[in-house]
Amino acid sequence: MSSVKDWAAPNPVTENRSGIIGKGVERYEGKLKVTGTAAYAYEVEPPSAPAYGYLLAATIAKGRITAIDISAAEASPGVKLVWTHLNVPKQARRGERINPRSQRPANPALAGDRVEFFGQPVAFVAADTWENARAAANLIRVSYAAEPAVLDFRASLDLAEMPDGEEDVLIGDFEGAYARAPAQIDETYFSPLQNHVQMEPCATTAWWEGDKVTVHTSIQMVKGGQHALAETLAIPSEKVHLLTRYIGGGFGGKGQAYDDLTLAALGARALGQPVKLTYTRQQMFQATIHRPAVSMRVRLGAEPDGRLNAFAVEAVTHCARSASFVEHAANFSRNLYAAPNRLTGHRLVKMDIPHAGPMRAPGEASGMLSLECAMDELAEKLGIDPIELRLRNEPDVDPETGKPFSIRQLTECLNTGAQRFGWSRRNPKPGQVRDGRWLVGMGMAAAIRGNFLLPAKAGVRIDGTGVITLRQGMTDIGTGTYTILAQITAETMGVTMDEVKVELGDSEFPPAPGSGGQFGAATAGSAAFEANMNLRRALAELAIGDPNSPLYGGDPTYVTFGNGNIAIENRSESLATLVSRAAPDGVYVEGAISPAADARDYSQHTYGGHFAEVGVDTVTGEVRMRRMFGVFAAGRILNAKTAKSQVTGGMIWGVGTALTEGNVVDNRYGSFINQDMAGYLVPSHADIVDLDAIFLEEADDKANPMGIKGVGELGICGAGAAVANAIYNACGVRLRDFPMTPDKVLEGLMAKGL
Amino acid sequence: MKTTITVNGQARSLDLDTRTSLLDALREHLNLKGSKKGCDHGQCGACTVLVNGVRINSCLSLAVMHDGDEVTTIEGIGGEENLHPMQQAFLEQDAFQCGYCTPGQICSAVGMLKEAAENWPSQASEDLTGAIALTDAEIRERMSGNICRCSAYPQIIAAIRDVAGEVA
Ligand code: FES
Ligand code: FES
Repeated sequence: MSSVKDWAAPNPVTENRSGIIGKGVERYEGKLKVTGTAAYAYEVEPPSAPAYGYLLAATIAKGRITAIDISAAEASPGVKLVWTHLNVPKQARRGERINPRSQRPANPALAGDRVEFFGQPVAFVAADTWENARAAANLIRVSYAAEPAVLDFRASLDLAEMPDGEEDVLIGDFEGAYARAPAQIDETYFSPLQNHVQMEPCATTAWWEGDKVTVHTSIQMVKGGQHALAETLAIPSEKVHLLTRYIGGGFGGKGQAYDDLTLAALGARALGQPVKLTYTRQQMFQATIHRPAVSMRVRLGAEPDGRLNAFAVEAVTHCARSASFVEHAANFSRNLYAAPNRLTGHRLVKMDIPHAGPMRAPGEASGMLSLECAMDELAEKLGIDPIELRLRNEPDVDPETGKPFSIRQLTECLNTGAQRFGWSRRNPKPGQVRDGRWLVGMGMAAAIRGNFLLPAKAGVRIDGTGVITLRQGMTDIGTGTYTILAQITAETMGVTMDEVKVELGDSEFPPAPGSGGQFGAATAGSAAFEANMNLRRALAELAIGDPNSPLYGGDPTYVTFGNGNIAIENRSESLATLVSRAAPDGVYVEGAISPAADARDYSQHTYGGHFAEVGVDTVTGEVRMRRMFGVFAAGRILNAKTAKSQVTGGMIWGVGTALTEGNVVDNRYGSFINQDMAGYLVPSHADIVDLDAIFLEEADDKANPMGIKGVGELGICGAGAAVANAIYNACGVRLRDFPMTPDKVLEGLMAKGL
Repeated sequence: MKTTITVNGQARSLDLDTRTSLLDALREHLNLKGSKKGCDHGQCGACTVLVNGVRINSCLSLAVMHDGDEVTTIEGIGGEENLHPMQQAFLEQDAFQCGYCTPGQICSAVGMLKEAAENWPSQASEDLTGAIALTDAEIRERMSGNICRCSAYPQIIAAIRDVAGEVA
């Protein structure tokens, strides 16, 4: 294990001599994406003409398949095979593992007659064309014996239980302190179930060569996908070659493999022909994971000056009956505000709907909606500015653990944001600013999101032309991974971006954990950095040991890299010259990063402040964004452009959360009522007006060797609360039920006689 | 059914299933995979192409209906060596993340600028018959059929603005 002390010394990235680190260079793979030549999983050219798959999904929430008639489907034109649980090839049982070190267990498709959620795949068709496969799938007749199901979360809150292995965190005497507090807030906030709606549906193209399968699939975790498929097929992991080079959005929803991966692989094996299989948009809604709804009770007990004395954040959420996923919606609050008496915890309802799972900033995204609105309510109650209220509760050390913060610039984020946004122009009294039929208001919220470092490896090769290729079993889901790895490589090796290649998304490359939890850049990037440092050492040794090198016999500690050269003071040669002469086959090394044991001695997070201005239409109850501004502190920023795109993207997710996004379960069938993009409303161009973000200068030397942190999830944290608080400031309607659609706003306006 | 479509300037003769959408004809029969399938229901715009110079959702149109039509896809807008100004602007403004909506956004933006130049009004237009001033509000309204879940909207508007120039 490394130590944070190992990371304190200056290194090529922190020195940033050529200035590539931080620069807003264009995306490494950008040209491929703007010309439509980046091949996503369904678009990869297989070695021969593929068969097309199609899935049929269950139409009950819970029960048993009693009969399934595939005769018409089998007789349908172009059909090559029709599988149900009765004739699907043998797979390992769910949860089984045969390979040592497998990260994921078997997850068989069409595994039995049980239906556990509406939309669960129950049959698979492969045909010569997609049209024929779809037509045949619709000829399959399935009979079910439905069973009573728990489908209505709000009606089932009393079924909530303590999640396995968890307990509440109770510090001090919450109940007593709360009861004595001069100012109290006790409110319950509801955030609905949400869908990821990645633009690219899950898809797989699979083919076999002998006993080895190649799968191109849309997944965030390379090893996880490879291992899951190997276990399901009960074959060694090396017999699965998984590739995922371009991914049309993930957001947590593609952190796992779905049945497209398994059935494409099985189908290709049975047919001796490549198979392509994609989920439809409707199947993406019904049959992949979602962010669960959260009902969150917040109790704040404060002194008249705003200092919190008692603080409770209690979440009730849900997951699938067979699962144990907990949306840890209260966790963020453990590190945010000072208060001596604290209570936080979670309860879980098991339901018969599709699986809940991680979605961009799991925990914070829904959880912060509650506390950050409650703080707004408390500020109003006490007549204190909402920013000032937060500053008065700024802790010196982590309020739960007492550990020091690695670095915490929340105050700076809020103050800078207030100034840049023009917060002083806000009228604290709601409903005072009119613009025609619109009421206009401003709101703010804090942002916090944890920062993580996981073990990872990377490999780097330099060839005789001086081109440096970084390889890693990492993914780029739109986050900019290709680009930042190229920047890290170029800066560390002292070459230009043109001399660097990055190859990702391949299970045969050195493994990285993938994209998720905003750990990608720090984790993959640190491994890439270590690999490049090892390449520097290898090249230094090569030059010093080579009598034909001008560096021959020099002291390795004085070797420098820059402008494509390796040098000791004024003795230098180009990397290409050195490698082509001394190692004509190139030099390949690997590097690895692992978390530092003593990093846990610090409370380590990313922070931000959100500022929003909205207009509320007093006639229709419609809310329109007018402006939004975010200030973030997230360590050293590797790429000004791609990092900013990450946080503005997250802020826009916050706008969707506040105004339009949410799904509803049909309590008769267990289906999601919104199952396409006409029903489930994600923000569109017209919804987003004048939205911008900046980063504060920061380097967190407790984070990793480069002092960088994740930014992919920070932008959404708290963003929806800022919008909700702006709605209140605009019109005086305090809604605690997200999203704040016109019907709810209008009801509130009418209740106020507006 | 025999169908001839001119795609990116080249006449392509196909024998198509009448159920095949224009999008699937492009992707699965002509190997032009730049046009993306995000929803197959006309709701996301990822499949936007230009047909006879006008942008449409190619998933909502059957291929056999386009016999004799001229179709321009992202591959016809510009390639790596000859980027269209709109593609260049998308690169410079970082107007995409995962890139899956991007070909549709770019085709849509190119079609949209032409519509605006021809003074087609939109919901955001002050005057339904007069000249269109291409404000940001106009661009946003006209681009709203193209969803970007990565939410590169501010960057996309900036890219289009770079190409369209400032409002006079
Ligand atoms: S794929 Fe055509 S609009 Fe979505
Ligand atoms: S770039 Fe990912 S959906 Fe637009």
